[in-house]
Amino acid sequence: MRRRRILLVATVVALLEAACRVGLIDPNTMVPPSSMVVALAALLREEAIYTDMAQTFFAVGVSVVVATVAGFLLGILIHSFPRLRRAVAPILTSYYAIPVFAFYPGLAAVMGLGPGPIIITAIFNAVVSMIIATMDALDRFPRVLLKLAHMHHFSWWQRVIHLQLPAIASNLLPGIKLVVAYSFIGVIGSEFLMAAAGVGYKISYAYDNFNVPRMYGLMLLVIVVVVVINSLLSVPERWFAARALGRRAE
Amino acid sequence: MRLATASQMVAETATAEAHVECAALTRSFPAVNGTGELPVLGPISLSIRRGEFFSVIGPSGCGKSTFMDVLAGLTTPTGGTVRFEDKPVVGGTVPDGIGAVFQQDASLPWLSVWENIAFGLRRRGTDPVEIKRLVDYALGFMGLTPFAHAYPNQLSGGMRQRTCIARTLVMKPRLILLDEPFAALDAQTRLLMGDELLRLWRETNATVVLITHALDEAAMLSDRVGAMSARPGRFIELIETGWSRDRDSTIVSDPGYGALSSRLWSVLRKESMKALDHSLGTEKE
Repeated sequence: MRRRRILLVATVVALLEAACRVGLIDPNTMVPPSSMVVALAALLREEAIYTDMAQTFFAVGVSVVVATVAGFLLGILIHSFPRLRRAVAPILTSYYAIPVFAFYPGLAAVMGLGPGPIIITAIFNAVVSMIIATMDALDRFPRVLLKLAHMHHFSWWQRVIHLQLPAIASNLLPGIKLVVAYSFIGVIGSEFLMAAAGVGYKISYAYDNFNVPRMYGLMLLVIVVVVVINSLLSVPERWFAARALGRRAE
Repeated sequence: MRLATASQMVAETATAEAHVECAALTRSFPAVNGTGELPVLGPISLSIRRGEFFSVIGPSGCGKSTFMDVLAGLTTPTGGTVRFEDKPVVGGTVPDGIGAVFQQDASLPWLSVWENIAFGLRRRGTDPVEIKRLVDYALGFMGLTPFAHAYPNQLSGGMRQRTCIARTLVMKPRLILLDEPFAALDAQTRLLMGDELLRLWRETNATVVLITHALDEAAMLSDRVGAMSARPGRFIELIETGWSRDRDSTIVSDPGYGALSSRLWSVLRKESMKALDHSLGTEKE
């Protein structure tokens, strides 16, 4: 399966390379993937890019941590009160129809062009996916394990740490992966719209100056980082999912 | 086989040392339509003797599992009292010395069999050397030693349930509550698991309360079988099986076993019909 997936991606990249090389795609629209790699390599030799990367990845990191923790706690809270859940369910399900970026210029006007409004926008963009993942995971938590917690005289906190978190981990990890993706979208998107530094700002700058290879090189950098983080998160996700499979198969 | 009517129950069992005592026990839940209470259990007055193997049978929805939850302290009775070793059982607090195995798979899929069995001991803060000794013994006792490092998803349903029993066993409970632990298993595995359960009961000298819908299982395993009525569940008859303590699954070929199973069904048939009428909404006003 994995080999087929790699083969599929390689085929698409090869077709894209060919389409760009023979002129099917306008070079002002897209450069060949090999040129993107060359541009990325050139970028990584520039000292200045590391300052932008540090700013962007710091903002993403803060957003991931805050959105994951806040989303998890809010998910537990909403799940604990069925009436509250019924009240907020329409907001949560239609949340991604709301353009969170619309609030970013307002935040930037109030807080300035620093990392603050970018991080807040990214958190708001990501937190709901964690809330939904947490509630969905808690719905799947076997009630018999609550009885087990009682039998072992667990406190609320021990129950969460020793039973609930490991039991729902395989359902939480996809939520964390979405938080990572939405945090990147929030940060890069905000920087692209209005910022003084950061990878998103550099993409915007290259775009405004028709520096297409550089723009795609920067986009490739973001893609590589996101894919690496998601692959790392897939390792524990697969471990927990493989063990949870037996219970469902019975 | 000896029968006791409801009026004789408390007086008869009071002669032996009572390990668990229920007095006028009732449990109700809020009605689904939101008006009033739905009585699901009782009133029940019953004594379970120390070291007894007591089975509870009854029609679906008669409150068997609720009865077990009340005995374990997992839920608070609406009325009446439960006493374990002469101390009151308060809902929400499971007394020390009570262990339970549930119908649903309660193995922890992220832990190996060894870690599953050690789970309660570790949380209790038992010395690691003692944990190893107890877990290794339980693994051997339940025939799980070759699977000590396997994960639950690599085991059959029966082996997973044995893991859960072993996890309860290592806590050295004096009262073991079993809520239909073999319900998901095939007939042959259930017979063999019944043998293991009897062996465990003899070895630990614990009092066992088994909730089951399988009349043959109750007939084979028990010292005494309590037959419950349709909802709200009350004990309508207590039946002494008269089996010796060293019994095993070979008693299914004993003529007394057939008579006992037949007797249990004749007691339960009317109640099961009532329960069916309840669920179909065809009961007579």
